[in-house]
Amino acid sequence: MKYLGIDPQKIKIGVFNFTCCEGCALALANKEETLVDFLDLLDVVTFREISSDRGEDYDIALVEGSISRDDEIERIKKIRAQAKVLVALGTCACYGGVNNLKNQFKIEEVVEIAYGKDKVETSKVRPLSDVVKVDLEIPGCPVSKAEVEKIVVDIVNQSEINFPEYPVCVECRRNMNTCVFDLGMICLGPITQAGCDAVCPNGGVGCLGCRGPAEDANYESFREILEENGFTMQEALERINFYNALPGMVIDES
Amino acid sequence: MKVNMKIDVHHVCRVEGHGDIHIKVKDGKLLEAQWAVVETPRFFEAMLRGQPYDLAPTLSSRICGICSITHTLASLRAVERAMDVKIPPAARHLRLLAKHAETLQSHILHVFFLAAPDFLGVPSVIPLIKTNPEVVGLAARLKGLANDICDLVAGRTIHPVSLIVGGVSKAPEKEQLEAIKKRLGERLPDMQATVDLFKTIDIPDFVRETEYISLKGDNDYPYIGGDMVSTDGVVKHEDDYLAMTNEYKEDFTTSKFARLSRESMAVGALARFNNNYKFLHQEAKEAAKELGLQPVNHNPFMNNVAQVVESLNAMLDCIDVIDQLLDMKLNNIRSKFKVRAGTGVAAVEAPRGILYHDYTIDDTGHVTRANCIIPTTQNNANIHFDLADLTEWALAQGKNDQEITLLSEMLVRAYDPCISCSVH
Repeated sequence: MKYLGIDPQKIKIGVFNFTCCEGCALALANKEETLVDFLDLLDVVTFREISSDRGEDYDIALVEGSISRDDEIERIKKIRAQAKVLVALGTCACYGGVNNLKNQFKIEEVVEIAYGKDKVETSKVRPLSDVVKVDLEIPGCPVSKAEVEKIVVDIVNQSEINFPEYPVCVECRRNMNTCVFDLGMICLGPITQAGCDAVCPNGGVGCLGCRGPAEDANYESFREILEENGFTMQEALERINFYNALPGMVIDES
Repeated sequence: MKVNMKIDVHHVCRVEGHGDIHIKVKDGKLLEAQWAVVETPRFFEAMLRGQPYDLAPTLSSRICGICSITHTLASLRAVERAMDVKIPPAARHLRLLAKHAETLQSHILHVFFLAAPDFLGVPSVIPLIKTNPEVVGLAARLKGLANDICDLVAGRTIHPVSLIVGGVSKAPEKEQLEAIKKRLGERLPDMQATVDLFKTIDIPDFVRETEYISLKGDNDYPYIGGDMVSTDGVVKHEDDYLAMTNEYKEDFTTSKFARLSRESMAVGALARFNNNYKFLHQEAKEAAKELGLQPVNHNPFMNNVAQVVESLNAMLDCIDVIDQLLDMKLNNIRSKFKVRAGTGVAAVEAPRGILYHDYTIDDTGHVTRANCIIPTTQNNANIHFDLADLTEWALAQGKNDQEITLLSEMLVRAYDPCISCSVH
């Protein structure tokens, strides 16, 4: 069946979740107007959230979540061994995402805060690429379904996959939003990779950098913007550390 | 007849998150039935520490991909009660509209995509695209509408952007609200078709007497804030949530268990229905009657049916809230407030049941302590004890291990567990 005007062969796909909220997998089921066509393009062999089929002959593995317990390492290695293409889906998989906030504490401390004296196994949070080779990273909290659909079609057709090189500011201006700095809030849009259609500034709040750095991110000029608007580096760091997806900005500071 | 069985379901499918079922039967007698959550915990109570008040709701949203709007609303209410922030009426209505739309999208996702394949004898919704396109069409249209309302009102369905401390950051245009209201009206026949579809479905006739807990309505079917009530007659103030949940931990599961007057308790659509039936819209009451659901119902499988009834009720609530918004000025949507130290508790009805967030905030506006109690956490012990009774009930009817495996999975799915939520 033709999808978006092309006639691809069916590819076998598996969807897997590690430490996360499962919002990225859900996002795949959320765009109803293309859902039926999108599913028809694929042979979904395993997607535990929506199906009791558990095939193991997938070619593409879409993996959401970060690694935060030792048994997850074995599980992701098995998926890596099977998949021809392993795609890290979402900010948790690509960068560790909000889960990284746990790493500012000692392991014993986080267990004590959440579980008191009960024993619970956990380890430092890591992105997938710390544990296995990742072929492609699609960031976002959550991912944009439109972007994932386009990329999956590109993989099927062996076309080149491109992410925007410019920052969120470009999309935000195109949408004719009032600049979030002019609303009196910090926005990481000037240094963050576009591709989300500036969804947070569209809603009147600042970008938190979930998509990682823009290709041409200018950290020096971003510092000047912060200063001009009267924000401290500490206030900016609270936002940069939220997803921990802008390593350039943090390394510059140390 | 001496029956021996060993059932182990690793990572039950068509639920959010990772949980296992273990059942052992020897010589026809149940030895063990266990519901073990094996999900990796994320430690949100630790991660929330040190977050500025405005990022706490943004972070809390990431507890759950399905009910992120409810987590945001609970977190906002906890922050606003801690800092004594009052929100404008228009913002309150817009938040409620987002809440109803999330209830609708979450219930439709569950009853069609996660639960219905069991009743229609297929592994997932995917083969239904070919065999029952009219069923998939119903689900896609209703869920699509719910998601569009969330996108319009909250900026995004998964992880909302415009629900912020003090109110909301953006209001839709009245023309957009009118258009949504029109679409809601057009989709009501789809909702009636959903009710008709569920009338044809054979729900297992299993009953285990249970204490059902929800918010207590005063004049409306309750969603945000107020007292809690149980079917055993316990009533407590929002701030006394710990006495309503009594969490404890068992070694075989990473999620905590909870109890009140009995060894376990249940929250969710059926609990709300049992406690607040009288506040449902007349049309929803009629649908419940057609579906054979009357309060107080103790069959956990009927939670699916209660979700269908609540979906209809949520659509009618959306229309009512939009009518009220159309009579209001939508320019005052965020109140001014001062950052101050304090402690705030919030009780909000998530699609899967009552959700609590409780924060202490210091005078710089940073969270110093957080506690979150998730609906599925409150249901886990009930699922665990239901499994034992369900197995014995099925054994008495001579069901084989394949049938008991499917029934036990269906039981877990009936609670619509949100497991990554429950180990947040």
